[in-house]
Amino acid sequence: MEYQALLIKYAEIGVKGKNRYLFEDRLVSRSAAVLKKIPGKFRVYKSNGRIYAMAEEPFELEEAVDALQHVFGISGICPLVQQPVVGPEELIKAAVTYFTQAHPAFAGSFKVMATRANKAYPWDSNEINRKVGEALLAALPNSHVDVHTPDILFRIEVRENLNFYSETIPGLGGMPLGGTECGMLLLSGGIDSPVAGYMIAKRGVRLEAVYFHAPPYTSDRAKQKVVDLAKLVAAYAGPIRLHVINFTDIQLAIYDTCPHDELTIIMRRYMMRIAEHLAQENGAQCLITGESIGQVASQTVQSMVSTNEVCTLPVFRPLIAFDKQEIIDLSRRIGTFDTSILPFEDCCTIFVAKHPVTKPNAGIIRRSEEKLLPGINDLVAKALETEEIILCE
Amino acid sequence: MQEVYLDNAATTRVSPAARDAVLAELTDNYGNPSSLHRKGSEAERLLRGARETIAEGLRVKEKEIYFTSGGTESNNWAILGGAKARIRQGKHVITSAIEHPSVSESFRRLEQEGFELTVLPVDKEGFIRPSDLAAAIRPDTVLISLMAVNNEIGTIEPVRELAESAKSVNPSLLFHVDAVQAFGKIPLAPKSWKVDLMTGSSHKIHGPKGSGFLYISENVRILPLIQGGGQEKGLRSGTENMPGIAGFGAAAAESLAMLDENAAYMRRVRSRLKEGLMSLPDVTLNGPADDLQAAPHLLSATFKGVRSEVLLHALEENGIYVSSGSACSSHKREMSPVLKAIGLEKQAAESTLRFSLCRYNTEEEMDYVLQVLSELLPRLRRFTRR
Repeated sequence: MEYQALLIKYAEIGVKGKNRYLFEDRLVSRSAAVLKKIPGKFRVYKSNGRIYAMAEEPFELEEAVDALQHVFGISGICPLVQQPVVGPEELIKAAVTYFTQAHPAFAGSFKVMATRANKAYPWDSNEINRKVGEALLAALPNSHVDVHTPDILFRIEVRENLNFYSETIPGLGGMPLGGTECGMLLLSGGIDSPVAGYMIAKRGVRLEAVYFHAPPYTSDRAKQKVVDLAKLVAAYAGPIRLHVINFTDIQLAIYDTCPHDELTIIMRRYMMRIAEHLAQENGAQCLITGESIGQVASQTVQSMVSTNEVCTLPVFRPLIAFDKQEIIDLSRRIGTFDTSILPFEDCCTIFVAKHPVTKPNAGIIRRSEEKLLPGINDLVAKALETEEIILCE
Repeated sequence: MQEVYLDNAATTRVSPAARDAVLAELTDNYGNPSSLHRKGSEAERLLRGARETIAEGLRVKEKEIYFTSGGTESNNWAILGGAKARIRQGKHVITSAIEHPSVSESFRRLEQEGFELTVLPVDKEGFIRPSDLAAAIRPDTVLISLMAVNNEIGTIEPVRELAESAKSVNPSLLFHVDAVQAFGKIPLAPKSWKVDLMTGSSHKIHGPKGSGFLYISENVRILPLIQGGGQEKGLRSGTENMPGIAGFGAAAAESLAMLDENAAYMRRVRSRLKEGLMSLPDVTLNGPADDLQAAPHLLSATFKGVRSEVLLHALEENGIYVSSGSACSSHKREMSPVLKAIGLEKQAAESTLRFSLCRYNTEEEMDYVLQVLSELLPRLRRFTRR
């Protein structure tokens, strides 16, 4: 079956008021951008409240669908057969040809639903529905009509062209990217943080990311893995600038000075401070982490209160109420799981206490941090100087 | 920054002579040895030349050398092809606890296919005892595979003694030796040692990757792993990897011609490193105590209280490249089977590094490594998990 176009359906942006055109334009440009990466040539445009990707060269349907399934804001993708408008008799023939090719030996229920934007057409929609229905019943003896819950809804559109489609492939949903909202994602090499970034990006928020590496306790490969993960997320979220910060000296200072059960929480507080600094420098309005309540000792509610204390920007934790398995399922679906579980995990375990505090007391933590003064400020400034920016796309 | 490459047991830099041989093959003598025209016969001559070099080095016949894609294929082929050729005589096979995965995994495959496997232990220095082997051999034993030099701790196994004692108990069994870390480094003579099959690899001796050989004694027959156009007397089909073989031939010629000199030189460099390491606090060495029973290029050391990966990356920051005894990952922390077999505790195994030399390393480089280590160790030991 050869399709000439894809009809791109969107859900949520349909309800936006005056800004609607903005969202649609973003969706058009994101769709055009992903389709540019596959063989074939597409013209993506808005027409009468819908978005079409018109193929100007033959293309592979699966590749095009897969590309569009990486665009937030699309609720469904309909492969479309398009031809010039013809008279009623030929229309019936064309409709039957389309249907029998798209659904060979079809034996379920269907419903024909015609729309006629071109009011000059000799038949009205009801007549088209009836006549095409009859012809299909004759051509497919094992099929029947069900107007309430059909297996296949066969759409015929008489517009400037004649469109046939009968299949809607689900899209990702969410909101199209392209606005000014931006979040700073704390990206580790694990399973959770890429998923967290994906979820916030799904709401139309552009991402920047920060990774803390600690050579020689973490390796180049661990860093490469984070770059790879950022690239995988970027396939959905658009280009991500990854800020890599050398965290070793801060970590060693904390290790030398602070009680061991507080290492993780204090380390995380410094990561948040640095992330917030980078966020403000780069125009991000929020921080994003992959935390989920109770997953590990540093992810208790009290710990999150303690890490929030050191930043003024809101910290978004989209996985907060997810079970590990739910996160894994999502990570598999978006394609980051296999990279996340590569065994280049850091050898930082010496910085992890055997029994870390799970209910950090604000006063105690603050007093422990005071012991790091004044040297720590220098170390933070130096760490910021190590910043390396890697564009992941 | 100075670069000191001490991971030559993983792979080596290609020597200038080997590189030139590869390049000449790629650009001028690119013919297929099976072709009937002159380009083909030139390639065939090149192929024969490489085969002769290796055969001479092993003191075997040219026709007993078969080119493969490397050590892994040769080991797989010898073990699977050898055991299956003898299946009517029995289904018992023997190996040791310290073999390379390309050997141990091949035996695991045989086990799945119904063979019975005996795994020989080693002593604290990594030696396989000939008495253990003799005791394990049964009338239905069809194949034994033992390594010549252990890749992690450098123990030179008494292959001659092992093969002779095995054959004296059961002359009809096949004896395979994985000589990947031995070929080009120490003298080998499979035929007079009564070894039937021997594996060697190109990229451990400054040749290119993707090339190796299997010596198959003319008196034995094994089944092919790869079927096709009948190259290598029908036992290993596939157009010969001529660039690889040309480079391997050149590298082997160099290594074999200077075998004793190179070994003596590397032993000197190794001693320098070894003595320096012994003078550092809380460092213990693994492998044979007697230097002459250790491969000239391998040295394994345990640095108490330091995670090997951390030390590895810290050395890397100073331009020094080594290998860790066990793979570190917080998901899967499996101890090296070799270090386990010589009785190391898990903690010691996770603090073990392998230094592997080549003829290009120098004593000055060892001094640099020792100096860097003496600075790094106290610093890294301050930070241990409390």
